[in-house]
Amino acid sequence: MNDHQPAHHHAEHHGAHDHHGGHEHQAVPSDLALRVKALESLLVDKGLVDPAGLDALVDMYEHKIGPRNGARVVARAWVDSAYKKRLLTDGTAAIAELGYGGTQGEHMRVVENTPAVHNLIVCTLCSCYPWSVLGLPPVWYKSAAYRSRAVIDPRGVLREFGLELADNVEVRVWDSTAELRYLVLPERPAHSEHLSEDELAALVTRDAMVGVATVTIPPAAVQS
Amino acid sequence: MAVTLADRGYFSWTEWSAALGDELRTATGRGEPDDGSHYYRHWLAVLERLVAAKGLADPQALRLRKEAWAEAYRRTPHGKPVELHPSGAEESRPR
Repeated sequence: MNDHQPAHHHAEHHGAHDHHGGHEHQAVPSDLALRVKALESLLVDKGLVDPAGLDALVDMYEHKIGPRNGARVVARAWVDSAYKKRLLTDGTAAIAELGYGGTQGEHMRVVENTPAVHNLIVCTLCSCYPWSVLGLPPVWYKSAAYRSRAVIDPRGVLREFGLELADNVEVRVWDSTAELRYLVLPERPAHSEHLSEDELAALVTRDAMVGVATVTIPPAAVQS
Repeated sequence: MAVTLADRGYFSWTEWSAALGDELRTATGRGEPDDGSHYYRHWLAVLERLVAAKGLADPQALRLRKEAWAEAYRRTPHGKPVELHPSGAEESRPR
């Protein structure tokens, strides 16, 4: 329901905003934003796209697919050494075993963190990201700063994420492409032997699978 | 949006990736700085071209619709939801 009356609006406008010269109407968005709105509304009007479906899709990529798929892959690899071996040999196939596949037909390579090696993923060209296992990329992943600095100064970038690596840990940076996407297999946290696969999956974060964090075990989950 | 259209079979992901790849390569060839805003501009250009090529929405209709949205923003008072066809908007359009 939209019953506003612009003609009367000037007089009763509440003073929360500072307007100039009587311009109380909304700023027109950028050309880009208008084109997106035009395209979306036109396709919706034509019945080609269902607005609820769009929202559901965004929600799916943000919350359902999100990083939970990746977390399941990681947890499985931690508890099943044969699976881990397949995962590191042919990431695409091993991830598909769990029912996750890329709509974009990209190949997946999984890189393993060890006490001696820390992996970090980036897409220096644009924002290629392992959608099928991590969902939508975070804003910082797409930023020019991350994309350039992850390669030049990975330790500095990791420090900003709060991850200080020992000098003797080798850092490997993987540059994603449209055809080949990477996923970091983080180290299984110490003292997590008693946790189930599901409990382990719950500990795995998106950042850990991009390589800007490690997986830690909350003190409450440590068996005393 | 692109994913929905692809899922419904209006175009394939292979077509989509190929078109996006072309667009990005062309842009790099023009020596454009590569930042996020450019990425989305290319992404949108590709989607617009694909829906036109597939006869889903023609460029003229998109242009008119874009103008209609710009107009909707201009006539909608601050703090109100912007709608393309708000009830009673025609007679109360600001001059």
